[in-house]
Amino acid sequence: MANAAPQAIAVSKALDAVMRQDRGRLMAALVSRLRSFQLAEDALQEASISALVHWGREGLPHSPQGWLIRVAFRKALDQIRTERRSTERDTAMHLILEILGTDDNEAEIPDERLRLIFTCCHPALELKSRVALTLRAVCGLSTAEISRLFLDNETTMGQRLSRAKAKISSAGIAYVVPQEDQWDDRLNAVLTTTYLIFTTGYTSPQNEPRDLCGEALFLTRVLCMLRPEQAEIEGALALMLLTEARRSARVSPDGATVPPGEQDRNLWDRAKQIEGEQLLETALRRKRAGPFQVKAAISACQMSAPGPDWPQILLLYNVLLTMEPTPVVQVNHAVALAETGHLAAAQSILQSLEGSLADFQPYHAALAHVLAKANNKEGARRAYSSAIALADNESDRLFLKNQSSKIV
Amino acid sequence: MKYMLLIYGAPGAEPTYGTPEFQTMMASFAAFNEKAGADGVLRGGEGLQGIETATSLRVRGGKVETMDGPFAETREHLGGYYVLEVPDLDAALRYAAMIPVAGYGTIEVRPLMDYNPTNT
Repeated sequence: MANAAPQAIAVSKALDAVMRQDRGRLMAALVSRLRSFQLAEDALQEASISALVHWGREGLPHSPQGWLIRVAFRKALDQIRTERRSTERDTAMHLILEILGTDDNEAEIPDERLRLIFTCCHPALELKSRVALTLRAVCGLSTAEISRLFLDNETTMGQRLSRAKAKISSAGIAYVVPQEDQWDDRLNAVLTTTYLIFTTGYTSPQNEPRDLCGEALFLTRVLCMLRPEQAEIEGALALMLLTEARRSARVSPDGATVPPGEQDRNLWDRAKQIEGEQLLETALRRKRAGPFQVKAAISACQMSAPGPDWPQILLLYNVLLTMEPTPVVQVNHAVALAETGHLAAAQSILQSLEGSLADFQPYHAALAHVLAKANNKEGARRAYSSAIALADNESDRLFLKNQSSKIV
Repeated sequence: MKYMLLIYGAPGAEPTYGTPEFQTMMASFAAFNEKAGADGVLRGGEGLQGIETATSLRVRGGKVETMDGPFAETREHLGGYYVLEVPDLDAALRYAAMIPVAGYGTIEVRPLMDYNPTNT
């Protein structure tokens, strides 16, 4: 048994690779037949424990995915046999026996991830739960990883996931791709979820093994592949790619945030920028406008040469305001007005938002910027100190301090 | 699954009797009833009289306490309900969006508890 240890390591590495790449597909196939997230997750967990033993003894199966799914179904069957509710039990057992009865071990597992993603991102679930459930079920992150990335306690995150899974089953959230009349809203819920995963990754330090920006790009690419020719999915992917392209330039060597217009363009990832721009063009040609496409277009205009195309950005914010008339969009609209010389209009918009955005750091930063432009030094300094007090990361704080010290 | 659609609205937000908006609301309720009836999903439903007619009761320490009005002081009050039997939440939400009160109040969608004491 001299080779036992290295072999065990090799097997567990192979299993990790399969699970990382295919966990979403396996979960999607299991949930669609077992109709229970918890049961599917437990069965896959047990199957992977069995895999360590069996693969170590007999070598890797020809189709590790096929092996895992069959064993997972068998584990689920054992579990269901011990449960009490008999009508559900009979249906589930019947389905599983049917699957196990077919002898196509190597059969291609159909890609049902679209259903899985739409279920995980159902708007009946809280946004943070959607994020956590999607990362767990589709991307295969562990509860510990998710809780670390969201600076949460692991127990709390575990409870959040359990509650979400329980609600899916008790509230009757179907495991389906939504129908035409609900498609736009539901797609927006999915894209909002993947985009939140992206922005969380973008602003957190890059010292985690699983990069959330990468996971968000992966999810959106899966959506693009499973439901092609959807302008908003392409728009969301374009937005992420264009933002990701600027990632290395977003913080200066001294650690301060750098706005897109002042970034070192040599640090931008040209390949991602080009892919983003091309996707955006494809999306816009479909003539089905949506907020993600507009945001991607704004992002592209911020990267125009030689500097941001503010007149175009202003026009785009006018459009975005009709789609998402939120205070946050109004703040950005005001900044675009100020950048195109409409200082008075920008100030009056920001003043009208003071009450609703008193705790929102970007509001104070935008106000400070506009007041400084209008040569209201005292007001600008005050707004910068409010923004500095509210900043939730060191990079933004440093940037705001630098800006404030430039007022003389 | 069976769902209860609980209809909440703030009294002040309702269209006034006799206005065209009121007519529209009544027509929408009729359309909802007709649609849910024709689809064969309607299992029940009632409208409630105003909160000024409500009486709340609780028993504390063996003593009955009776109060005027609804128990909770909230802006929106329960004004009625429907019980629908549909395959899943998405279907229930689709019907909920057709209830005119959704335009100014809130429709809360809750699955009914599925008691199955005989386990059959």
